Amino acid sequence: MLQTLGLLLGCQLAGEFIARGLGLPIPGPVLGLVILLAALALLPTLSSSLRPTIQVILAHLSLMFVPAGVGVIWNLEVLSSDWVALLVILTLSTVLSMLVTVATFIAMKRLMMRWVK
Amino acid sequence: MNNFVNLWSYLSTTPLLWLTATIGAYLVAEKVSERLRNPPWANPVLISVALLSPILIFTNTNYGTYFEGAQFIHFLLGPATVALALPLWDNRATIQKSVVPILCALVAGSAVAAGSAILLAQAFDLPMNVLLSLAPKSTTAPVALGISEAIGGIPTLTAVLVILTGIIGAIIVTPLMNILSITDWQARGFAAGVAAHGIGTARAFKVNPIAGAYAGIAMALNALLTSLIVPILLKWLT
Repeated sequence: MLQTLGLLLGCQLAGEFIARGLGLPIPGPVLGLVILLAALALLPTLSSSLRPTIQVILAHLSLMFVPAGVGVIWNLEVLSSDWVALLVILTLSTVLSMLVTVATFIAMKRLMMRWVK
Repeated sequence: MNNFVNLWSYLSTTPLLWLTATIGAYLVAEKVSERLRNPPWANPVLISVALLSPILIFTNTNYGTYFEGAQFIHFLLGPATVALALPLWDNRATIQKSVVPILCALVAGSAVAAGSAILLAQAFDLPMNVLLSLAPKSTTAPVALGISEAIGGIPTLTAVLVILTGIIGAIIVTPLMNILSITDWQARGFAAGVAAHGIGTARAFKVNPIAGAYAGIAMALNALLTSLIVPILLKWLT
């Protein structure tokens, strides 16, 4: 467990180092994800030793959103003045994104099948 | 009474109180959600926020004091984001099998998710910091918070918008796909993951295992892509 945590933090630190060092707008942990992916590609046996701890972390992912979510009560003025607009935007944007994703996926799948034939 | 006031004034300033309260609220929220058989609207994060908020407002606790305790949990979002590499790695064979549809649908869906939010925020004349908080709403929360912070949004507002997006997506995905009579589980799941991240993925797993796997892949890939695409879209659209 401690080794896995150390590795996860190490990847995040390296990601943070690269992101800040190069002034990239990408969050450090996302670069850390890429670094860990590269590590897994180089050393596939790593995955089985990481799995137990990572499964625990990902199973409780929802808990980690709570502190940031609670922060909304100190942002109530934004929500109370714009909540209708925000709900409309979130709903429309989510529907649009789903429609485009599903249409692209199916169209490309058909195109690939025709190509293979 | 005086003793209680003294005790309170001591406890309310230690990180222990709000750390315990946060975990406690989450455990209650999880139980409530389970009792209701995990419908998409009874999201444990939303219930936790609803439980904690009145307590914090009633006790007149400021964000700094609350966060001193809650930061220990909040900090784990970083390593948890890194940990998403493992499910992505586990699914590499599935990804390779349909790499073209996956990548094309990912780029299109992710661009529309962020781009439409930016354009709609402008149409509704929302302030810039709210627009910036909205842009990463379809990606998983730890990544969305990081993006929001990096581009100058309000991370706490982003957190709530991300969770709401997930809930909205989880509620509409099944009826929407049924109305359009789309029967391809891979495509349905992938759309849920791109548009509604982890909450959409959890929903997809409940509906169909193939849909769930594709939703998980979509969520992890979108975590990567959104952080690249949002700064570009902001430059083009604002």
